[in-house]
Amino acid sequence: MNRNAENIKETMQPDPWFLYRLMLKSRLFEIEVTRLWQEGHIPGEMHLGMGEEAIIAGVVGQLSEGDAMALDHRGTPPLLMRGVDPVLLLREFLGRSDGLCRGRGGHMHLFCQNPLAASSGIVGASGPAAAGFALAARYLRPGTLAVAFFGEGAANQGMLMESLNLAAAWKLPVLFVCKDNQKAITTSSPSVTGGVLTERAEGFGIPAEAVDGIDAERIWHAAHEAITRARKGKGPTFLHARCVHLEGHFLGDPLLRIARHPLKEMRPMAGPLMKSLLNPKGSSMGKRTESLRTITSLIKENIKQRFSKQGDPLAYTRKKLQSDKPRLKALEAVVEAETRQVLAAALAPNPDD
Amino acid sequence: MKTRSFADAIEDALAKAMARDANIIILGEDVHTLRRNLFVRFGKERVLPTPISEGAFVGAAVAAAMAGMRPVVEVMMVDFIAVAVDALLNHAAKINVFSGGKWNVPLVVRTACGGGYGDGGQHEQSLWGWLAHIPGLTVVVPSNPADAAGLMLAALEHDSPVIYLEHKLLSDYWLDLLGAGGRKTVQFDVPPHGTRGPVPKTPAKVPIGEAAYLREGNHMTIFSVGVGVHRAIEAAEVLEKQGISAGVIDLRTISPLDRNTVCEAAAATGRILCVDEDYENFGLSGELAAVVLEQGIPVKYARVCTKETIPYARHLEDQVLPNKKRILEAAVQLMQK
Repeated sequence: MNRNAENIKETMQPDPWFLYRLMLKSRLFEIEVTRLWQEGHIPGEMHLGMGEEAIIAGVVGQLSEGDAMALDHRGTPPLLMRGVDPVLLLREFLGRSDGLCRGRGGHMHLFCQNPLAASSGIVGASGPAAAGFALAARYLRPGTLAVAFFGEGAANQGMLMESLNLAAAWKLPVLFVCKDNQKAITTSSPSVTGGVLTERAEGFGIPAEAVDGIDAERIWHAAHEAITRARKGKGPTFLHARCVHLEGHFLGDPLLRIARHPLKEMRPMAGPLMKSLLNPKGSSMGKRTESLRTITSLIKENIKQRFSKQGDPLAYTRKKLQSDKPRLKALEAVVEAETRQVLAAALAPNPDD
Repeated sequence: MKTRSFADAIEDALAKAMARDANIIILGEDVHTLRRNLFVRFGKERVLPTPISEGAFVGAAVAAAMAGMRPVVEVMMVDFIAVAVDALLNHAAKINVFSGGKWNVPLVVRTACGGGYGDGGQHEQSLWGWLAHIPGLTVVVPSNPADAAGLMLAALEHDSPVIYLEHKLLSDYWLDLLGAGGRKTVQFDVPPHGTRGPVPKTPAKVPIGEAAYLREGNHMTIFSVGVGVHRAIEAAEVLEKQGISAGVIDLRTISPLDRNTVCEAAAATGRILCVDEDYENFGLSGELAAVVLEQGIPVKYARVCTKETIPYARHLEDQVLPNKKRILEAAVQLMQK
């Protein structure tokens, strides 16, 4: 992988094969994570990066030795694509003492010193972390940068906006990457966001660019420019990329569950909703039906998204590679085999136990 | 009496109060889906989903309360309250004193707390002791549906800020959302009497600052809140078979602490055991000892608390959080002191 990354840097052009490989590695890994979670081997919440892969690949695919990553609660794809041992990651999710963080962190709290990466389950926390990594880089690793990954929901968090200002004022080498799926958990982001996020960043004096998050090559180009600026000491950049979350906010997302099994999941909800609609005390009937419509349209929207294949970045890049089917098949076979090996190694008994 | 779930009991109380008092509004992340029934019944003017901006919307709720509203501001998990703590520590808690007692902040902060489902140390904290440390904040932690309703009703009529902590093992929808995610392949140690129970048809207010005797005992008194209460009762049942008679008191309110009940029980049994899911050092468990000692009551003392950052792995988490085994061990040792 590193050799490939070197090649890209020399040619200054993204290699869709390389990017697809990174994305596929992450996707297949997260499919296994989904299965293990469904089977109950992974506890708690599980936020996947399925749907964000092009954004992550386009950025992480060109990071180098010494570059840092500040991650949110979807840290798996960036760590995998940065070359962190997938076996350690999977063991961490399984809560094993031989996992990346000895089973004490879990998927929202992944930490790695080399490559430098830290994640947080607190929305917006990657902003200050990236600023701090970039500050340290200036003293200890000149020419390197820090990347902050966060969602558009996090863009409304004070600490993130403060970090934009800090990075701009101190000209810190930060690449702020906003992955925008238009939803802050179940709240429509446009309904709770003022203005346009790229303009917001520009208001802080930070160059900002909006790119389609489905297209890894375009992300690569935008990120390349930003990374070059940062390395030259010219300060932060803000990248905004639209994406979808194919598995919703997290595995078991109730909206997706309803989309998949509408009758079963809606049944327990329907009674209380009707009671609320008809209770003699409350707001006017017009307002009540309007509220009910807000909820049903949220569900409808999810059902629609569920049955459309639109927005999947892997399908998008794969289509481009169809012209060389034998090579595509061979590449996919290799990544599938690697994933099987990772799975087998991760599930092998822990000699320390 | 009717049987209600912990979560429904809270919602009933909120609905009742909202129907009566038009100044009660709910604001917080995702409340249009989390409180969908109230959203439909009372409309988007009274149930307002917010951006993920805790500093702004908790701070705004404080000022809205100062200006005549009765906001119920929801911070999804108490861990995230850290992002908004300035609004509570430096503002909500102090306005009454700073205004010479002229200005009240009738605010309820509703937030989910507690562990036992594998979400790791940034999503499973309790923090009630940390919040109760601040003068001017009232902190309540119900352990069953009737108290959940009663304390919510009391909080909604209280004239100073109340932090209302809802344990995720007791609230079925939280546990399903965060722990199970619709799976049948995961199990949790859920106390049945905490999640469902009798609630009066017209729920009565549970006075803030009033603890409840749940079980009489001669040899020691176990104090707890939330899920810890149920762990304590389970332990007391086992202890009884071993000839140790342990009483259990549900404090229900952390601050103001029911000092009279604490001291009475301590004086009666001479042994106190604190079961506290919050952190051990500088918290509720130490406060209980201080309150008793200040009164000159001679007691033997032990505590079972969370001593460290809660680990993610379920088997480690179960050891770190107060469990029946740890309570039993502490109780037996306490008898030997």
